[in-house]
Amino acid sequence: MNTRSTLALALVAGSLALSACSKKAPASLPPDPGGAVSTDTSGQNQGPVPGSQADFAAQMMGQDTILFDTDRYNIDSADQQALAAQSVWLAKYPAKRITIEGHCDERGTREYNLALGERRANAAKNYLVSLGIDAGRITTVSHGKERPLALGSDEDSWAKNRRAVTVTID
Amino acid sequence: MKLTRILACLSLAALPAALLAQAAPQPEASASPAAGGEEVLTGTVSGEGEWQNQSIAIPAFATNADVPTQTSAGTTAALGFSLASVIYSDLRNNGLFKPTGPASLPRPALGQVQAPDYAPWQSRGTDMLLQGYVRGEADGNVTVGCYLYDVGLGQPLAKAGWTVPPGEWRRAAHKCADMAYSRLSGENPFFDSRIAYVAETGPKNRRMKRLAVMDSDGANHRYLTTGQTTALTPRYSPDYKKILYLSYYNGSPRIYVYDLERDRQDLLLQSKNPLFAPRWSPDGKWVLYSMAIAGNTDVYKMPAAGGNAVKLTDSPGIDIGGSFSPDGSRIVFESDRSGSQQVYVMNADGSGQKRISFFGGRSATPEWSPRGDQIAFTHIAGNFRIAIMDPGGGGLRYLTDSWQDEAPTWAPNGRVIQFFRTARGSGKTGVWQVDLTGKNERKLDTPVDGSDPAWGPLRP
Repeated sequence: MNTRSTLALALVAGSLALSACSKKAPASLPPDPGGAVSTDTSGQNQGPVPGSQADFAAQMMGQDTILFDTDRYNIDSADQQALAAQSVWLAKYPAKRITIEGHCDERGTREYNLALGERRANAAKNYLVSLGIDAGRITTVSHGKERPLALGSDEDSWAKNRRAVTVTID
Repeated sequence: MKLTRILACLSLAALPAALLAQAAPQPEASASPAAGGEEVLTGTVSGEGEWQNQSIAIPAFATNADVPTQTSAGTTAALGFSLASVIYSDLRNNGLFKPTGPASLPRPALGQVQAPDYAPWQSRGTDMLLQGYVRGEADGNVTVGCYLYDVGLGQPLAKAGWTVPPGEWRRAAHKCADMAYSRLSGENPFFDSRIAYVAETGPKNRRMKRLAVMDSDGANHRYLTTGQTTALTPRYSPDYKKILYLSYYNGSPRIYVYDLERDRQDLLLQSKNPLFAPRWSPDGKWVLYSMAIAGNTDVYKMPAAGGNAVKLTDSPGIDIGGSFSPDGSRIVFESDRSGSQQVYVMNADGSGQKRISFFGGRSATPEWSPRGDQIAFTHIAGNFRIAIMDPGGGGLRYLTDSWQDEAPTWAPNGRVIQFFRTARGSGKTGVWQVDLTGKNERKLDTPVDGSDPAWGPLRP
């Protein structure tokens, strides 16, 4: 995901460079919609605005989401790494607040999954707090099984849907 | 045929209905000894007694004068046909009796409604005759008379009449169907009731979920919420004036009360904590709800009119849901305090909590039958199946066998259950119904997909 977007940016930059070379002849070309981007890329810092949700998502490289086993809500070592990465970013931007969204796979009853999603979101919250993030910056919400990410009815999809997603509030 | 007559004789002698049900033989219990122990019908389930096999003729209702009405059915003659059609559908769709509808029967003359000529019906081989009349009143209301006759005996069995506003003509038909069903089966009525549910549209990851209500046969359907925020798990109040349900407030789950008389929604209570699983007590005076604090969900009880809540459970796990016994003295709920979802019973004050489900797998969404004798729940062991057990945790019986059936709700008479079924892959949902024999299973005809059905009581 991240490498692909960097590639795309490089391609855009390349084509812009090319067009800049041949720019002299036609003076009446309509403004290139991409032109605004090219003027922005003054230096090396052409990613999302630092401290924004887009920046958080880009920096986390997928670690904005942690996954759970069936019916479980414990934080395993992979989750710990992801939450540690989140906490570094959050320490860098101490004014940012976050919502942790808890989700479940479809193979549970609706009400129980709402409670389980809340429990998962809280497990992630508690771990962030243990890493020094102020609990007052973190809210939790459960969507139970109502908002799946993967749409299949198979183990792979269910594993992707048993998740807690951290979203920063811009 | 012979049994029909015996039954009819007994009933004419005014024996209690319960006795009648016991008098009916239970061929199912003895006819399938090879079935697994859990599949054998228990003594409390009369199953398909002989009454199920009776043929019943339902001709168009007669009228004194074919005049226009304010009903959606048209003139009194058209209304007479529609009334019989609704009754016919009630019985046929629920697998009750062997009904014949008005489309293939002669309409009786008005004078024959109360003094039928039995001979033609006898020669048709009809066991029972359910007929009536309709009369338009000067004030716009309609009066419906309903008469049940035993054709073989040539005797009346029951009669009743109702005057209803034009917008409620279908209720008269449901009451007539209820009268015949109760009289012939010995069971309590259930057709004159309504259902709240969640209407679903859209793709699997962005389902729109709206609160909707309809009659027990799917008629008079109405959406209550717009779908801008997700609505889940509705419950009708016992007086049909309000609906408790879950929706999201500022992005967080909260419990709302929909006031059907004023068409407005209010938060049940202000809280910074997530709230789930609202339930009414049978007398409508209490509300059960579940609240998560720091991820730990427990069951609470509060006065429906507002006031201090009482915390009923205090386990570190998820305690959620709840359903009162009909007398209000006990509550069945689910908890994962043992490590997985299981069904527990407690007294209404939270004391005496005791696990009752020991079936392997997980047991969830318990609902106490309005008769008090059974608890319906979702059993999860691979597939999700609707099952029933007695309040002591014995007598497990599966009613459905599909990939994912969940959230049972009882008909007012405790003989039929609705639930929702989710399709593997597409995630499409539908409201389904099954009776306690497990044999009469069908999908309800809703305008869009549906989930979380909640069957209200018999209408007041």
